[in-house]
Amino acid sequence: MSSDPTAAPIGPVPGGARVDERHESATLSGYARLWWQGVRAGELGTLPIIVGLVLIVITFSILDENFLTERNFTNLLLQMAAVATIAIGVVFVLLIGEIDLSVAFVSAVGAVVMTLLLRPDNPGWPWWAAIGVGLLVTTTIGLLQALVITKAGVPSFVVTLAGLLIWSGVVLILTTQYSTAGTIRIQDDRVVGIANDFLSEFWGWVLAVVVVAAYAAIQLRTAISRRSRGLAGKPMVLIALQTVGLAIVTFTAVWYLNQDRGVPQVIVILGVFLLFWSFIASRTRFGRHVYAVGGSAEAARRAGIDVDRVRIAVFMISGFMAGAGGIMLASRLRSVATNTGGGNLLLLVIAAAVIGGTSLFGGTGRVIAALLGALVIASIQNGMDLMGLASGTKFVITGLVLLGAVLIDAFAKRRRAARGGV
Amino acid sequence: MADTPLLEVKDASKAFGAVQALYKVDFEVLPGEVMALVGDNGAGKSTLIKGIAGIYPFDEGETLVEGQTVHIHGPRDAARLGIEVVYQDLSLADNLDVVANMFLGRERLLGGVVLDESSMERSAGETLESLSVTTLKSVRQAVAGLSGGQRQSVAVAKAVMWNSRVVILDEPTAALGVAQTRQVLNLVRTLAEKGLAVVIVTHNLHDVFEVAHRITVLRLGQGVALFEREKTTQQEVVHAITAGKLDHVPGMEIAPGAVEAEAAEAEVEA
Repeated sequence: MSSDPTAAPIGPVPGGARVDERHESATLSGYARLWWQGVRAGELGTLPIIVGLVLIVITFSILDENFLTERNFTNLLLQMAAVATIAIGVVFVLLIGEIDLSVAFVSAVGAVVMTLLLRPDNPGWPWWAAIGVGLLVTTTIGLLQALVITKAGVPSFVVTLAGLLIWSGVVLILTTQYSTAGTIRIQDDRVVGIANDFLSEFWGWVLAVVVVAAYAAIQLRTAISRRSRGLAGKPMVLIALQTVGLAIVTFTAVWYLNQDRGVPQVIVILGVFLLFWSFIASRTRFGRHVYAVGGSAEAARRAGIDVDRVRIAVFMISGFMAGAGGIMLASRLRSVATNTGGGNLLLLVIAAAVIGGTSLFGGTGRVIAALLGALVIASIQNGMDLMGLASGTKFVITGLVLLGAVLIDAFAKRRRAARGGV
Repeated sequence: MADTPLLEVKDASKAFGAVQALYKVDFEVLPGEVMALVGDNGAGKSTLIKGIAGIYPFDEGETLVEGQTVHIHGPRDAARLGIEVVYQDLSLADNLDVVANMFLGRERLLGGVVLDESSMERSAGETLESLSVTTLKSVRQAVAGLSGGQRQSVAVAKAVMWNSRVVILDEPTAALGVAQTRQVLNLVRTLAEKGLAVVIVTHNLHDVFEVAHRITVLRLGQGVALFEREKTTQQEVVHAITAGKLDHVPGMEIAPGAVEAEAAEAEVEA
C-alpha cells in the first residue's frame, strides 16, 4: 500500500473546484452571479423584505400625501423602536427553534417595576437603578421560564403561554395596587427622554458619519485580512458600492429627520442593541452555537455543545430585550397602566421577527430581521392609521402580510431542501 | 502495516436486561487497515460500535488502544483516545456551512472572543483537500445544499480533523447512489492510506469487497468468522452471516430476544 499519493487518480485535481470559486467571488459580476444562484436556491436573505418595504412605502405615499412627510417618518421610527427592540430577543428564541409568547407582558412587568421604583420619594430611585432593576427582573423571568423548559422538558410554547397569563396578572395586580386609577405616571426626565428626546442637528450628522465610516472600516479590514490568508475576500468594488449605498440611506435619513425634530434618541439606543446582538449572533462562539442548536440540536449535542445552557441563555436574552422594549414603550407614553403590554403588542413583535426573515423552523435568520420586520409592521400600521381605516381592516391586512412572509419562508425552505437532494 | 492492532476488543459482552446482545466478541483493527464489520440485523454490530464509542459501555471485556488497556466510559473518553464514530446524517447541522460544521463545538477564536473565520476556513479546506474531497463548490456552502455523498465526506472530514486514529463509519453508504457511494469508498481508502484504522459497518457486501482488507462477521451477538478479503468469496461471507458456527449456542430464550432488542434499537436510531 505504498502508492504515491500524488499519483492516485482519485477524483478531479485537488482544489480545482474551489480555486475556480475563489476567482469567481473576487470579481463583482462573479459575486453577483453567486448571490443570484443562492437566491434561486432558496437563500433569500433580506431580499423579500427590502422589496416588500419599498412596495409598502410607494403604495402608501400614493394613497396618502402625509405618509412621506418628515413628521410622519419620525413618528414611524418612534412607533417602531420598541417593537424592534423586543423582536431582537424573539429572533434569538426563534433561531433555536423555540417560541416566547410571554415577551409582551414580561416587557410590561419590567416597565411597571421601573415605574414603581421611580415614584418620587417612594422610593424615588435614580433612573439608572430603576432601569437596571427592571431589566434584572425581566432577565430573571426569562431564566425561570427557561429552567422549566429545559429541566422539566415542557415545550416552550406551553411554558411561555402560562407566562403570558401569569405576567399579565402580575401587571394588573401591581398597577391596581399602587394606583386607584390604574395608571402610574413617570416623572423622571431621563426616563421620559428615552423615547421623547432627539439628537441636535450636529450630533445627528456626527452619528451618520461614524456609522458609515465604521461600516467601511470593518468591511475593508475583513476583506484585507482574508486576502492576506489566501482566501476569497469581498471585491473592493462591492465594498465601495455598499458603503456609498449605506451613506446615501443614512445621510438622507438624518437630513430628513433633522427637518423635523432630529434623530430620536431611542433610535440610537436601538442601533446599539442591533449592532451588539448582531455581533454576538454572527461573530462569537455563543452565536454559532445558537444557530447549531436551531439547525440540529442532536448534531450540536454530539459536537459537545451544552444545548440546555444555550437555550437558557437565549431565553434570558429574550427577557432582557423585552424589558428594554417595555421601558421604551413606557417612556413614550410617559406612564404604565393596567393595559400595558396588552393589545396586539405580542402579535406585532412575533410578526416583526418572522416578517423580517427569521424562520419559525429554527436556525435561519439574522438579528437585523427585527428591525426590518418592525419597519414593515410600523409602516403598514402607520399608513393605515393615516388613511383612517377601521381596526378590523387593519388587523386583516397585517395578518395577510404576516401570512405572506411565512409562505415565503416555507417556499424558500422547500427550495433549499429540493436542491439538497438528500 | 504494523502488527499491534490500533484498536482491540477482547471478550466483550453486553446484556440489555435478559437479552445477551454481545457474547465474548473479539475485534481488532490495524493501523492503515479497513476492517469491515458485517452481520445480519440483530447481530450486535451497533452494540459493539456503541461499546467502543462509550455510548453503552461493555459489561465485560477488555479494550486496548495500541496494546494498552483503556477504559471507555463515555463518548468523551473515546474522543480523547482518538476514536471517532461517524453516524449517517446525524452529526451535521443543515443550516450551517461546511466550515462551521467541521469546527462545531471546537471553534477557533481571535483574542478569546471573536470567531477566527479565516483560520478555520483554511484548515477546513486543507483537511478536505488532504482527503481528496474535491466535489464541494465552496466550503462556505450550507450543508443543506450538499448531496448525500458530500455530507458523508464532510462528516468524515470533521471526524478526522481532530487527530483521530480510529474512524468508525456506521452504514456510510446506506442512503447513497452509485457515484456518491464511490466517492465515499474512495474517501475510506484515503483514510487508510493515511495510516488511520478504519472500521466500516455495513450491509453491503459489494462495498466490503471493494475497500475492506479484512472482514469480521457477527451473528447473534457472537463473532463467527474473520476473513481476509483476498482469500475469501462473497458466498463464504454470506454463509457466515446467515449460518456461521456459534461457539456458544444460545438458548431459545436469548436469541430471539437479542434480535428484537437490536431491531428496536435500529428503529430508535432511524
